[in-house]
Formats: sequence, C-alpha cells, structure tokens
Amino acid sequence: MKFDTPATTNPIDQMKVVGKATTRIEGPLKTTGLAPYAYEHHTVVPNQAYGVVVGSAIAKGRIASMDLELAQSAPGVIAIVTAANAGKLGKGKYNTATLLGGPDIEHYHQAVALVVAETFEQARAAAELVNVSYVSAEGAFDLASSRGSGVEAKDQMADTVHGDFAGAFAAAPVQLDATYTTPDQAHVMMEPFASMASWQGDQLTLWTSNQMIDWSVTDLATTLGMPKQKVRLISPYIGGGFGGKLFIRSDAVLAALGARLAGRPVKVALARPLMINNSTHRPATIQRIRIGASSDGKITAMAHEGWSGDLPGGKVERAAQPSKLLYAGENRLVTMRLTTLDLPEGNAMRAPGETPGMMALEIAMDEMAEKLKIDPVEFRILNDTQVDPTNPKRPFSKRQLIECLRTGAERFGWNERHAQPGTQRDGRWLIGMGVAVAFRNNNLVTSGARVRLNDQGMVTVETDMTDIGTGSYTIIGQTAAEMMGVSLDKVVVRLGDSSFPVSAGSGGQFGANCSTAGVYAACVKLREAVAQRLGVNADDAVFADGEVRSAGKSIPLRNAAQAGEIVAEDSIEFAELSKQFQQSTFGAHFVEVAVDSATGETRVRRMLAVCAAGRILNPTSARSQVIGAMTMGVGAALMEELAVDKRRGFFVNHDLAGYEVPVHADIPHQEVIFLDETDAVSSPMKAKGVGELGLCGVSAAIANAVYNATGIRVRDYPITLDKMLDKLPEMI
Amino acid sequence: MRPFTYLRAKSPAEAAALAAQVDGSRFIAGGTNLLDLMKLDIETPTHLIDVNGLALDRIEATPEGGVRIGALVRNTDLAADARIRKDYGLLSRALLAGASGQLRNRATTAGNLLQRTRCPYFYDTNQPCNKRQPGSGCAAIDGFSRSLGIIGVSEACIATHPSDMAVAMRALDAQVETVRPDGTTRRIPLAELHRLPGNTPNIETTLAAHELITAVTLPAPLGGVHIYQKVRDRASYAFALISVGAAIQKDGSGHIALGGVAHKPWRVEAAEAVMAQGAKAVSEQLLAGATPTGQNAFKLTLVERTLASVMAQARALA
Repeated sequence: MKFDTPATTNPIDQMKVVGKATTRIEGPLKTTGLAPYAYEHHTVVPNQAYGVVVGSAIAKGRIASMDLELAQSAPGVIAIVTAANAGKLGKGKYNTATLLGGPDIEHYHQAVALVVAETFEQARAAAELVNVSYVSAEGAFDLASSRGSGVEAKDQMADTVHGDFAGAFAAAPVQLDATYTTPDQAHVMMEPFASMASWQGDQLTLWTSNQMIDWSVTDLATTLGMPKQKVRLISPYIGGGFGGKLFIRSDAVLAALGARLAGRPVKVALARPLMINNSTHRPATIQRIRIGASSDGKITAMAHEGWSGDLPGGKVERAAQPSKLLYAGENRLVTMRLTTLDLPEGNAMRAPGETPGMMALEIAMDEMAEKLKIDPVEFRILNDTQVDPTNPKRPFSKRQLIECLRTGAERFGWNERHAQPGTQRDGRWLIGMGVAVAFRNNNLVTSGARVRLNDQGMVTVETDMTDIGTGSYTIIGQTAAEMMGVSLDKVVVRLGDSSFPVSAGSGGQFGANCSTAGVYAACVKLREAVAQRLGVNADDAVFADGEVRSAGKSIPLRNAAQAGEIVAEDSIEFAELSKQFQQSTFGAHFVEVAVDSATGETRVRRMLAVCAAGRILNPTSARSQVIGAMTMGVGAALMEELAVDKRRGFFVNHDLAGYEVPVHADIPHQEVIFLDETDAVSSPMKAKGVGELGLCGVSAAIANAVYNATGIRVRDYPITLDKMLDKLPEMI
Repeated sequence: MRPFTYLRAKSPAEAAALAAQVDGSRFIAGGTNLLDLMKLDIETPTHLIDVNGLALDRIEATPEGGVRIGALVRNTDLAADARIRKDYGLLSRALLAGASGQLRNRATTAGNLLQRTRCPYFYDTNQPCNKRQPGSGCAAIDGFSRSLGIIGVSEACIATHPSDMAVAMRALDAQVETVRPDGTTRRIPLAELHRLPGNTPNIETTLAAHELITAVTLPAPLGGVHIYQKVRDRASYAFALISVGAAIQKDGSGHIALGGVAHKPWRVEAAEAVMAQGAKAVSEQLLAGATPTGQNAFKLTLVERTLASVMAQARALA
C-alpha cells in the first residue's frame, strides 16, 4: 500500500481497541519467565556449547602474537576462534569497526578471540588463559583537542546556511554565545548482547537480541560472506537496546564462527564489563550556540555548531540538527564537524542527534530568555514556527508545541516559579523549576506484515518487527483487532523472525507508527479476501464483534476461513508527503529539583511531560515509554558519563558500578499528558512516535531547574556536584 | 574464574587452621565481593573455606556495656537490630546507606570490613595496578581518579576503602576479634586493622596470614546525635564520593570519621579537639597533608561543607 495522500476516515478511527489503555499482551510470559531471551533458548537445538569473548587489552595497534596453547588444553575447551582461523570476513554496512579484531586493533575491548567450551564456566576460565602480545600505537582519544581537525560529513549532515547569520547576529541587540558539552554515554540496557548460532549445512540460524532484523540479516550475511537467504534471525524478546542493538555485534558474528568451528550450536553473551568498550556508544559532543534576538524577544539569528568524533569511516552525532527546525528566525547556521577518534565506535543511542542537541539548545534558550527578561515558556512560544524556517512553503503537518507548553505550565504550577534564581529554599535544600521543549522528527520507514485468519476466527500477525520492551506486540495486536473487528484475545502476534515480512524495525521512534501501518495495510488485504470469500462487498462491509456485516447480513468472520486459512500480506510505503510536510513530534518538560546547599547534590522532585505526538495507540505503553525516557534524561543530566582515559584510550567506568544510571531513589513523581491529536499526514494510523520524544529536552529542563535553584549555570553535562561546589552559598 | 576446591569449616579455629594448610586459600562468607572478583580473575584463590556455618551470627551485650557483633551478622540484621538502632544509630544509618537490600541481606560484618577497593583500574586486569599486581604501576593517579583517595595515599596507590559500615565503626571505636591458625585470639582496634597503601598497597590489613575475624566489638554507647551523611552522584546504590560519620554531643564535642577519602576509614583524633572552632578547622585537621589529584581536589571542599552541614544538623537535633 502506497501512502501518498493524507489519511481519511478508516477503521482505526473507531478506536474500539486502538487507543485503549492496554497492558502488554506478552506481559504474563515475561513475568512468569516463559518468554525466552536470546541466551535462554535452551531446548531449540541440542548440544549447545558456550563461547566467551576475549577483548583487546589495548586501544590501538596490532596483535604481535597469540599463544592459545594453555587455553586450548584447558578443561572442556572445544575451539578457539581468532582472526587467524576465522577466514575472510566482510564488514556490515552498519558497522564501523570490525567485530573480530586482529592483527589490527581498532579500539579497546575489540573482540580478538572466542573461546568455546562445554560449559560457560570452562569457557570463561579458559578465556583468561588466552595470552596475547600487543604492539600499541598512538591514538587520538580527546575530542576537545582534535576539534580543529573536524570535517563536514556531507553525506550525513550537510551544513545549513540560510540568510546572513553573521550580519544578523552582529546587529542583534541581545546576543548569546555559549559552548556546551555532552559526554559519551552508554546504552547499558538490562539484557546484554547475546546470540546463539546453529548451522544446518550451509544454513545459519541465529537466536539473538536485535532491534532491526532485516538490517542485521544482511550485515551478518555480508560479514560471513554468505547469501542472505541462508541466514535466519530469531529475536522474539529483547531486554532493552536503546539503539545498541540496531546492528549486529560481536556476539552474533562470533557465535556463528564459533558454531562453525565447533561443529555444534554455540551461545555467546557479552560479559557486562566488556559491553561498553566492545560495542557502540553515544558520542560526546561540543556545541557552540549563538542566538541573536530583537529586544522584544524575536530570534533573528541562530547558529548551532557542533563537533563529535568517531573511528575512521564513522558517523557524526547530528546534535545541531534540531536547530534547523525548532524555532523561527530568518538567519541560520547549523553545522556539525566530525573528527577522528580511536575510542570505541560511536553510533546511535535513543534519539541520536536530538538528545545531545536538545541538551545544549534548550539551556541556550533558557539563558537567552533570562537575558531578554522574558519568561522561558513565553520566549519559546514567541518563537514558535508552523513552517520549516528555511523553507516556509513547507508546513509542519501538526505542531502543537504552544499547547504543550501552556498545558504543562498550568498543570505544573509554573507560575509559582521564582524568576530570580537561588531564592527558594526548603530547609537546607535550594529549590528550582525548569522547562525545556521536547522535539524529535517523525521518520517513516517501509513496513510489511502478513496476516492470517483461521477457521476458529483467530487472527495471526507475522512481521519481523521487534519488541524491545516498548509494547510492539500489544499495539500490533490492537491494530489487527481493530481492523478485523475482533477482540484482542482473538489475535496472535508473532514478531522478530526474519522468515516474516520485513518491517520498519525498532529505531528512531518510527517503529510504532510504521509497523502498525504495515499491519493496517495487510489487514486491508485480508478484509478484501474475507469479503470475497463471503461474497460481500469489501467497501461497505463492517467488521465488528467477530462478524462481517454487509447488506443487512451478519456473517461470523471465521466462516470466511472454513475452506482453509486465508493469508494476506502487504506493506506500507511512504511517498512524497514527507517532502511536502515537515513531520515532527513535540512536547514540553517541566522539572522541579532540590539542590543540597551544602553538598551540591541535585535530587529531582517532580517531573511532567506534555506530548503531542499524533494518535496514542496505547496510552499504557506510551506512558511507559515516556517515563522511561524521562528517567534516562535524569541520568544524562545528573550522572551518566563514560570516563575517557585519554592516555590509554578507553572508557574506564565500564560496568554498572562505575557507569551510574538512575535508581528508584532518584526518580520521584512523574506525570505524562498526551494531547489529543491525530496526524493524517503521518500514516493511516495517524500516529507518530513517543519513545524518543520523551528523552529530548528533559535533561536541559533539569539543568535549567538547577540554575533556577542555585544561580549556577553548568554547561558541561552531567551536572555533578563538583561543578557547583565553589559557587554554592557560603556555609554558616 | 579459576577452578577451586571448597570446604565448610566447623569452628573458627578449625577454619583458620585449615586455611593455613592450603596455599591460596581464602575464607568466604557472603561472597558479595569475593565472587565478583573471582569472576573477573582478580582474586584467584585455589581453595575456599566457607565460614557461614560457624555460628558467628549473634549480637550480644559485653560486660563493659558495649556490644559484640559476630563476624557473620548480616548487614541487614545488624542495621535492624533494636540495640544498634537505639545506641549506635550511626552504625545502623551507615549500613543502610550502603549497597542494596539484596546485598545487605547477604553481606557480613567481617566481610564488609575486608571488601576491596572499587578503583576501576583495580577492576580491569588489562591495566596496571600495584594493588592487584604489585610493581605494575598505578594507572589511576594520572587517570580517572574522581572517586579516589586524597589523603594517606602514596605514589603507588590512591585507592579508597569503599565501606560505609567501617566509617561508622571507626567513629564508634570498634575493635575486631580474631583467631589465628594456631588457635590464639587477639583484639585489634579498627584504627589499626586497615593499612595505608605505602609501597605495598596489595597488603591491605594488619591481619596475619589466615587470621579470621570472629567478631567486632563496640564500647559502651557514646550518646549524642548520630549522623551518617553520604554524598554521592545518585541517591542510592552508589559508593560515597565522601561520607561523614559523626556522633556529636550537646556540648559540640564528638567523634568524626570520613569515608571515600583514604585507603581506610579516616579519623584524626586531633581534629575532634577543635570542633568548637567549626567545620573549617576540623576539616583542616582531618585533611592536613592531603594530596588530591586534579580530578578529586573537590573532595577537600566537599568534606568541609558536608561537615559543616552535619554539625549544623547536630546542633539542630541536640
């Protein structure tokens, strides 16, 4: 199905199932331990062996020699995979560094060997006996000092130069010129990277934990130098990914190589301390923002220039991107520069680009509002735009940012905020409120599904869409139920298998809207097939309550499959609408913090997000996505930072003790409001994404609240107490 | 993790004696730290002697009016004990500031004292670390040192002792009771249990080889206001950047110990003599001769400010 004109009324608009708060349909499987994660497919194939990955001890250089003798002769060892015996390996399109290093080493903890043994414990013990000699080489590990050598990555994010920024900025009566930094961050999802590989002749089956099945089938086939058709990926449940599992990682490739060498199935999970340097992370950024405004608060000039680093051939973190579209202003300069760093690979993490970009931009807006002596909510409203500021003929399909801000301000009690920083106390705590805008584009990706109807009236959906804890199973089930006029318990949803039709996958907050739109398309076909079997007119048939109603007749839906199961398959393909309209999602974050006046510890007291993101398919799982994102934003604001050892070239705090993320005690009352919205330009579902929107801006709202509490402006994340101590009030 | 043999001892003296018979033997109780370190190939014992069954899990009154805490009393039970809560609130609060509920259920009193540093370089066997591999160097001093020691450190090591409980026990004048392989017992003031790193940061305590801690004793209650203030980046389940354990009397005198600054719980009795002069004076005495790194120099200010806050809270509660 081509989606090339805005959606009109369709069965989803009934909202009998879609849009109803629904607990996740696979929830009982998860809470009873019956949902197998990647490492837990214990019985699907017999004779499973265990692989343990050995990571490089140096950041850059090469392996001089490997002594495997001790490891090879350790109890239970079956095989050891290294670059020397792995054969020629390709590299996937989505990987920057190779997933099995040697002799060249590209980054710390790059995999250099997989030890396969009868038991996990034997493999782990033997892995300690692998003896590698390295020759280290000099590397670049510091973004700040390599900033000067940054280049424009034209294919990823070309410069936006609109109007005359320099002239307008110079002429602006009120100016801000500030530089912000965001650190490297890790996904640290609960479930580690894990895969189990099994070969049947030249056919490979991989049970894994992966967000993008089709990308990863392709990349695994490319890496192993085999036809895509010979690779099957199965990833029904995923214990979090946050972008870290968009791609195949070393567990997948090494499980496949290990199984081939061992001649039996091999499962591999990355040990927690290996995960951070072995995999990808959100790259650190430096961002210089200049804003010029008229004295009545209209932005006339906006420059957002950023720098990030990655391995050679890698990706730029498009942090400056939101400044292309978020606020009005005639004159604009938006650029990113990419430098070469020899740290582990930088890549996508939840709302790549927008997350660090909004962390900086929304502090800058707060600073500018203060210079202008305008309330920060009003300043943003004043500079709202309903069109792409660099192409005014291109409107936003739907932009309710002002409504988000107004609603949030009212619900949060924004009028109680002290405009003068550092003037509200509660005992030894300094109290402050902050606001920031949430903004994330709505991406559209082709998505397919297959739908079956059987003679019991059960509808089964099959798509390679994944559920990374987001609730995909449930919204896909709701969509099929709505379309086929059955209750949710009459729908079976099967996901995450490359033998199913290719979907959008889970990434870029496009999964919910696109994958359900694909199911919609398949269901339209199934309805046509049902109508044909039942001899009714598809166009006026009503599917409801397990029946098909047409021309005064009511026929049980299951009757259509009496002569055999009906199968329909289709995909949604998005056409020109995204060129005519800018599609984005919007929100407003409000935060109250308390800062200990003695120690500088910041504790969040309450949070509110108001989101305008199209139709909310399932308020329960959408809320869960947003509060999870807000929690991640607390981490980014207050504690998350991969500490770079700039001499040795690695992230030092590479486990969950060292890399702190929020715990329950850090997360207070969280509230989420979804504005009633549909966006007919987005898809037949009229929905958009929320999973990343909830993260964009929230950290800046916290930073702004800290400023309001203390009068201390911290521009380098995370806002830890050591950055404030010398500016806190004198102790009495 | 290397293969090891395992044995359950029947008495404390037998445990110590058995340990002396096998090279590379270690005691295991809660295992909350040792097992992690074994999985990471940092601790490589060849023989584990399980002391969990030794009936060292009681808290009892001493003739001197104090308490004797068995080495195997779990952190959860110790923190919840009515007498500890009433007379040694500092200890209870310090325990509850540490780790998580699950870990406290498992971790023991003696094990808590003997837990090893959380320096990230100690935890990564690819990096030099004089504590883990004597003579290999210290990667932390010029590396990521934000959380590490500022006083009593050496050129060989700037690791900190991570315990909260030990800070409280130091302020409360605890002593440890031990048994040695030859069956003799002794008492060691907690002040003398942990060593400073010097040139041998791998030797962390003054315990003799295979000497087993059987109990920790606390003298009669100090009275006063008991405060344990732990400063950290997140609100729970994190090691202290610094912590202050204090028992402060109505007249402003008291006992003060610091965590997160040194290779041992840090207390300077001379500093307590100047409490009347305020937090700055106390802090100067406590941290005289400190040699922080660029990354952790903030701890000097943080100690002073936290101490001021603690002393103000004590005044308010007195």
